[in-house]
Amino acid sequence: MKKLIGLGLTYAIVQILIMTNAITGYLQATLVTICINIILAVSLNLITGFTGQFSLGHAGFMSIGAYVCALITMRVPTVYGFILGVLLGALAAALVGCLVGLPTLRLRGDYLAIATLGMSEIIRIIFLNMEITNGAAGLNGIPQFVNWTWLFTFTVGTVLVISNFIKSAHGRACISIREDEIAAEAMGINTIKYKVVSFTIGAFCAGIAGALYASYFYFLKPDLFGFLKSVDVLVIVVLGGLGSISGSILAAILLALISSYLQSFPEIRMILYSLTLIAIMIFRPQGLMGSKEISLSVFSKWASGLKSKRGRV
Amino acid sequence: MEGLLQQIVNGITLGSIYALMALGYTMVYGIIRLINFAHADIYMIGAYVGYYCMSFFGLGFLPSLIIAMFICTLLGIIIEKIAYRPLRNATRISVLITAIGVSLFLEYGTMFFVTANVRTYPEMTGLLARTIKMGNIVISMQQILLVSITIVLMILLQFIVKTTRIGKAMRAVSMDKDAAELMGINVDSTISFTFGLGSALAGAAGVLVGVYYNSINPLMGMVPGLKAFIAAVFGGIGIIPGAMIGGYFIGAVEVLVAGYGNSMYRDAVVFGILILVLIVKPSGLLGKNTREKV
Repeated sequence: MKKLIGLGLTYAIVQILIMTNAITGYLQATLVTICINIILAVSLNLITGFTGQFSLGHAGFMSIGAYVCALITMRVPTVYGFILGVLLGALAAALVGCLVGLPTLRLRGDYLAIATLGMSEIIRIIFLNMEITNGAAGLNGIPQFVNWTWLFTFTVGTVLVISNFIKSAHGRACISIREDEIAAEAMGINTIKYKVVSFTIGAFCAGIAGALYASYFYFLKPDLFGFLKSVDVLVIVVLGGLGSISGSILAAILLALISSYLQSFPEIRMILYSLTLIAIMIFRPQGLMGSKEISLSVFSKWASGLKSKRGRV
Repeated sequence: MEGLLQQIVNGITLGSIYALMALGYTMVYGIIRLINFAHADIYMIGAYVGYYCMSFFGLGFLPSLIIAMFICTLLGIIIEKIAYRPLRNATRISVLITAIGVSLFLEYGTMFFVTANVRTYPEMTGLLARTIKMGNIVISMQQILLVSITIVLMILLQFIVKTTRIGKAMRAVSMDKDAAELMGINVDSTISFTFGLGSALAGAAGVLVGVYYNSINPLMGMVPGLKAFIAAVFGGIGIIPGAMIGGYFIGAVEVLVAGYGNSMYRDAVVFGILILVLIVKPSGLLGKNTREKV
C-alpha cells in the first residue's frame, strides 16, 4: 500500500512538473534516458546479477525492440500501433534471446560473454544491411508516442515483474545457479531451463526499452546499438551492485545525471566511466549496494524511529 | 584462379596481423584465464608509437618497430600490475569487467591526447614502396615484410616458450599455478613476463598494420581485437600454435567473404564462426576436451 502511494506520488509530481513546463526539452530527454536505462539495467541485472550469466549483448536485444517498434509505428501511426509495436518488439527480442540462449547458454563465464557480444554484433550488421531498416543511414521520422505516462507504466511494470520474478521459486532457482551451478543441478534444478528463462525475460525487457527509445527519440541507426551501448548498461549494473534492483535504479539515475552534466565532453565521460569500472572492481566489487535492496519500508522505519525518539523527548 | 591467388596473398597478410594479436590473447588466457580486452588497445597504442617515431622523429621502420614493441611491453606489464594483480583472487566476471574498463580507458585516454582524427602513416620509400608482379598477382614489398616479420617473431616466441627457463616457467604456471608456486616459480613475475611478451607482439602488429593500411585511429583496435580473440578460440585457447593457425584461418575467411560474397557481411561471418566453434567444440581446433571437476 505504501509502495503504491509512493509510486503514485512520484508519477503525479513529475506529471505536474511536466504540465507546468518545469521539466522541458533537455531535462525531459534526460528523464526518458533514465527510465530506459532503468529498464535495461534491471533486465541485465536479472541475467548477470541474479542468474550469474555474463551477457555483453544487451544492446542487440534493445535494437531488435527498437527497429520492430519503429517499423510498426511508421506503418500504423496510432497509439494502438505504438502498443502493438512495443509488444511485438519485445516479443521479437525475447524470441531471439531464446533462440540464441538455447545453444550459447551451455557456455560459461567469459565464453558466454564473447558469444553474446558476437551475437549482438551480428544483429547490428544485419540491421546495417537490410533494406527495410535503411542501412547505415537509419530510420528517420518515427512517430513519437512516448510520454511520461507510458514511460512510467513500462518502467514500473518491468521493475515489478522482475523483482517479483526474483522473489518467486523460479527466481530462487536462478539465484542458486549464480551461487553454484553444479550444486544447483545436483539439487534437481533444470539449470539450462532457468538460464534460458532469465535470458528471455531479460531480452523481452530490453526490447521494451528499445521500443521506448525508438518512439521517443524518433531516429534510429544501427551504430547506436554497438558494443559501447552494452557496456553502458553493464556499467550501470556493476555500479549499482550485481544482484540489487534498487542499486541498478539508483545507478541509472546517478549516471544519467553525471553524463548529462558531461554531455559536452564525451571523451572525459568515457574516461571517467572506465576509471569508475576499474575502481569499483578493485575497491568495491560488489557495487554501491552489494546485493542489498532498499525499499520504501526503510523510510517508514526511519520515520517511525524519529517519531518514537521525539515521543521520548 | 589468379583472383583467388591474389585473395589468398591478401588473406595471409591480414591473417599475420590476427595471428600476432591472437598469440597475446591466447598466452594471457592460458596463464590467468582472462580475456584481456585491453590487448586490442595495446595494439592501437603500438600503431601510434610507430606513427610518432616515423613521422615526428623521422626514424626508420625497424627502429620504430622495436621502440613500439618496447613501449607496449612496458604498458602491458604496468596494466597487469595496476589493474589485474589486485584481482588475482576475485571472480572471473570482475576481472573481465576490469579488462573492459582498461580497454575503454586506453581508447578514450588516447583519444583525449591525440584527438579522434584518423592519422596516416608516412609513405614508405625505397625498397618498401616496390611491388612484385607475378602474372596478374601483385605482391607489395610491405606484404612480404609484414609476413616475414610475423614469422620471425613467431619463431622467436616458440624459442622463448620452448627452450628458455622463463618459457618453462610460463608453461608450468599455465598448467597448474599452485603446483608451479610450490616448485619455487615466481608466479607474479611469470605472469608479468607473459603480459609483456604478448603486448610486444601486439605492438609489432600495430606498427605493421600502420605501415600496410596507412591509416590509424584510437578505436582501430576494437574489431581486429575481437577477431584475433576469435582466432585464438578457433585454434584452441591457451595453445600457441592454435593461435597462429586460427589467425591465418580467420584472415583468409574474411578476405574470401569480402572478395566473393558481400563485404558488408564479413564481420558477421567471423562472429558466426565464433558462435559455431563455441557450440560445436568450445575447446577449439587443437584443444583437448577436459572434464569439469567439482
